[in-house]
Amino acid sequence: MRRIAGTALLASAFAAAPALAQQQSPYAEYQRMATESAPIELYEIAGEELWKKKQGPKNVSLEACDLGQGPGVVKGAYTHLPRYFADADRVMDLEGRLLHCMMTLQGRSREDASKRVFGNADKASEMEVLSAYVAGQSHGLPMRPGAAHSKEKASIELGRKLYFHRAGPWDFSCASCHGEEGKRIRMSGLPVLFKPEYARPLMSTWPAYRVSTSKIVTLQWRMNDCYRQMRMPEPAFGSDTTVALIHFMTATAEGVVYRGPGIKR
Amino acid sequence: MKRYLLYPVAAALAACAAPGPVGERPGVAPRDLEMITALLKRDFHERGQAKMDRINLDDVQRVCNLNADNPPEAVAKPLEEAQLKAIKFPNGSLMGDWKNGERIAQSGRGSMWNDKPGVQPGGSCYNCHQISPKVEAYGTLGPSLAGFGKIRGNRPEIQRYVYGKIYNAKAYNLCSQMPRFGHAGTLNEQQLKDLVALLLDPASPVNQ
Repeated sequence: MRRIAGTALLASAFAAAPALAQQQSPYAEYQRMATESAPIELYEIAGEELWKKKQGPKNVSLEACDLGQGPGVVKGAYTHLPRYFADADRVMDLEGRLLHCMMTLQGRSREDASKRVFGNADKASEMEVLSAYVAGQSHGLPMRPGAAHSKEKASIELGRKLYFHRAGPWDFSCASCHGEEGKRIRMSGLPVLFKPEYARPLMSTWPAYRVSTSKIVTLQWRMNDCYRQMRMPEPAFGSDTTVALIHFMTATAEGVVYRGPGIKR
Repeated sequence: MKRYLLYPVAAALAACAAPGPVGERPGVAPRDLEMITALLKRDFHERGQAKMDRINLDDVQRVCNLNADNPPEAVAKPLEEAQLKAIKFPNGSLMGDWKNGERIAQSGRGSMWNDKPGVQPGGSCYNCHQISPKVEAYGTLGPSLAGFGKIRGNRPEIQRYVYGKIYNAKAYNLCSQMPRFGHAGTLNEQQLKDLVALLLDPASPVNQ
């Protein structure tokens, strides 16, 4: 039911934002049509089952996981992420926090809990379906990532600097592709994610079903795959670098109503 | 353990620059570059052919990062000259085979951690440029190159310019967004010549 409302919202977002990158891409119409048949709700259901499943050396579920709104509170939790967590003394995004709960609550090792964080078209990963479930419980709520604590402020500023930091054999930063308005790579529009008008429609739909690869993808995957294409070495999953970038872009989209899990090209 | 190293890094980062206004580029100081490089060295690991030395900045990257890609002329000129001097121009004609050039321009593979080492990379040229007008799936980050040789001809000076520009775009415009394909070792001499032919050969679809 809500997916139908979401579809209408998505469609109207494309129609109402002619200046935005999606509009320049011939994929926009394809994407709009694909929205209507995407299996994102199945991932959310799988994620809810996994959330409640007893696992790990301690044989407990994730139901007592504190996503920032108190142990077990899932509703609305995603809209306040990334944020500072005093128990870990660091800023975490959704995926980093899920990993933290798998380790602390379920007693799993970092290696075990993060050995297959990115799935494929045949089988989504635990992290992906859990992300879809938790994020889905924030559908329709405004996004307000943590921005008050000194470490949250530092994380956002670090993300801003990382966004423009050129390095690697091809001298790329995020802004090499996502820096100027109205540009494309091949046929794909390139959102300028340090500007709110671009960050808002994009950051409010992760995680998402990616039509071109028939799989669900998360923000940690997006950071990882961009660095791959930038010809850089690989960032660690949930590292402060990737969290800071996600934090910066989410803070740039601040206030937008979360309407995911969504659909990507 | 390693994690504790960052917090001084992040705290110092926040301290040395006031939060920037939303939607704008940050100011970057030399200290920021040191801290970001240290952070990336801690947070990244080598994978496949993507080794950790890729995180180190050279003079060009350093100056462009410090000046939001717009360094003062007095800073940019000597660096551009040094980059130009380092280009290895082959003797004789610089025109290779435009058909190979088209394949190289189409290929977006190469130098990534999941690319097989030893397989010759492509140039990802269509990702950013219109080249052959027959190819509709082209990017717009760089200027259109359709009709490039038709307009300019293909005399030796033009060949030399195109070869040099693809070899090292930073020799002509220090903070160009275009990778330094020869300088970085991505494309070899024959591939660079084939791309010159793609742009300049009268028989190339670019010039039809």
